Amino acid sequence: MSEFFTLSVLIATFASAVRFAVPYLLAALGETIGQRSGVLNLGVDGVMLLSAFGAYYTVVETGSHLFGIGVGLLIGLFMGLVYAVVTVNLHAQQGISGIGIFLFGLGFSDLLSQELVGAIQPIRKLPSLAKLPLVGGIFEPLEDIKYLGELLFSHNLMTYIAFALVPLVTWMMNNTTFGLNIKAVGENPQAADSLGVSVERTRFFAILIGNTLAGLAGATLSLQLGVFQQNLTNGLGFIAVALVYFGAWRAKWVMAGAMLYGIVTATRLQWQARDIIPNSASDIAAMAPALITILALVLLAKRVRGPAALTKPFSRH
Amino acid sequence: MKRLLGVSVPLGAALVAFVLGSLMILALGENPISGASAIIEGAFGSGDRVAVTAVRATPLLLVGIGITIAFRASVINIGGEGQIIAGALLSTAVALAIPDTPRALLLPIVMIAGMIGGGIWGAIPGALKAYASVNEILSTVMLNIVAVQLMNFLLRGPMIDPIEKTGSRIPQTERLSDNAAMPSLAEGTRLHLGVVIAVVAAIVVYIILWRTPLGFRLRAVGHNPDAARAAGISVEKNITTAMAMSGALSGLAGVMLVFGSESLRMVTDGGAAGFTGSAGFNGIVAALFGGLHPLWTVPSSFLFGALLTGATKLQQALQIPAALAVALNGLIVLFVVSSDRLRSWLERRLNQGAFATETAELRESNDDRVDEQQNSTTQDTIR
Repeated sequence: MSEFFTLSVLIATFASAVRFAVPYLLAALGETIGQRSGVLNLGVDGVMLLSAFGAYYTVVETGSHLFGIGVGLLIGLFMGLVYAVVTVNLHAQQGISGIGIFLFGLGFSDLLSQELVGAIQPIRKLPSLAKLPLVGGIFEPLEDIKYLGELLFSHNLMTYIAFALVPLVTWMMNNTTFGLNIKAVGENPQAADSLGVSVERTRFFAILIGNTLAGLAGATLSLQLGVFQQNLTNGLGFIAVALVYFGAWRAKWVMAGAMLYGIVTATRLQWQARDIIPNSASDIAAMAPALITILALVLLAKRVRGPAALTKPFSRH
Repeated sequence: MKRLLGVSVPLGAALVAFVLGSLMILALGENPISGASAIIEGAFGSGDRVAVTAVRATPLLLVGIGITIAFRASVINIGGEGQIIAGALLSTAVALAIPDTPRALLLPIVMIAGMIGGGIWGAIPGALKAYASVNEILSTVMLNIVAVQLMNFLLRGPMIDPIEKTGSRIPQTERLSDNAAMPSLAEGTRLHLGVVIAVVAAIVVYIILWRTPLGFRLRAVGHNPDAARAAGISVEKNITTAMAMSGALSGLAGVMLVFGSESLRMVTDGGAAGFTGSAGFNGIVAALFGGLHPLWTVPSSFLFGALLTGATKLQQALQIPAALAVALNGLIVLFVVSSDRLRSWLERRLNQGAFATETAELRESNDDRVDEQQNSTTQDTIR
């Protein structure tokens, strides 16, 4: 145990926690935007699986991580289109249609990976910025700074994008017309409608953005791991949905929740690698975030109020 | 006309699934007709295949009728996976503890243990929703994760087969007592008593929901909680009860997966689906397809059991991954939940003339109002 509590090991653990948190963070930020507009998307896990495979397969074929991320983004956008039509235009029950998206993503990504790739072949993992041309010149010396370098400058592009999105989303929600419209249609769609805000269009775009971020989350997941396999996410997308409640629909608290999951994952793997705890105890440790989330939900449920119109379809009557 | 349109939802969903499935098979470079015939042959080709289909349908049916109870009480239970695992774990632990109990006793004890395990796993999110306003969708998802880790922990540690402890450490229990095995119904096939139990359970659930005061209270709470409360019905108690019943039926499905299996042991591959075969989610599909009616869920479950069994044959015959069936299930769900609006649009198209259009619009506006009450999950489209 004592060997875990040395500065260098703790810093290495925290640095990898930051990277583990990225898929949670991206997906949960996307879900936050969607839920603020009044739409629950339970299909995040399915979207992530599809884009995780899409990104992985693109890298297998082209070798370009950037293309991979782009494909993941486009798959997210497309699934957002489907989900927006189903929930906004066709008023489908949101919890259940999300399960539909999840099952489709689970099955279709598995189908494609068996059909197109077959046996799992690892790809080059997403490199840290220091290893890239152009920016590498800036980041390489920074990464060498003792401790601080590993903590702050050893990450890949998606990590910086994800954490930069936190203040960006907060700013968008509070300072732009679009952000204020999202909150308005999520709280009181009738009132927003009477003031001339198009409820359907606002929700449509909120869902598109949300699913695009879920797509980026999936792409990041498979490219960080360097593999794709059946059910790669293992429920990560569902946890991302819970993180939104956990974070009380605020970007910074959602980030705190994502970091909690990152830290637990990184610590568990670090302990496992160092034989500090047996494998069986690691299974127990893996329950911790889920139990903490339930506890947080119990404590928060009656104190924090979510968007009033969440899960309620809107029509003018 | 209305009646005809009611049947149109499952038929339309089946048609859409068939067309999309054919397109996928076509895209994979195979003939859709030989694909369809492989599925049909795999599901119904011989007595044995029919037995496999029925066995495959059993957990879907049990989960599905449980989902029906929860949804009728306006609780969205997506914790089927966790409840299956909880039921399976408790019943397996009981069978490990008292293996020498005579069959006439052990079999019912094991089934009751499974229902208690699943029932507890369902009652927790039910009570959290009722008394602490915790969203049941989230708590059931979290409890699914907890159940999977609990299964991994128990099967790798305390409940592992003593032989595996020193051997290759495969996370599985030892072969359970034969006294707890589901009795076979037809020699030489896998057909077992569990299939009959599940069908009887569907009838019992139908009777409970529509012929007993308990069922009336559950549906009243689901239909309009405020009115139910005003009538002196405890909303909290009934929500918890609905989830406990729903979980108990999923737990029973877990019993079938362990004690109806050929290997007669519980095995994990680390994820939920490795043990449940995603029955916790596919059961939702079967229930929705059956219009959230316990009796219609029976044929609906057999249909999806057939699709899943047939997909295995599809993989053997045409090398098309069986995951196709899972993807199709997802599309069917999307179609069924979108169908209310599609249907009213269709109705408007069919009703010609000004007066007819007007009434159709009125009806649609009524539909929308129901939509807004959030408990629109109860799609009474079948009847």
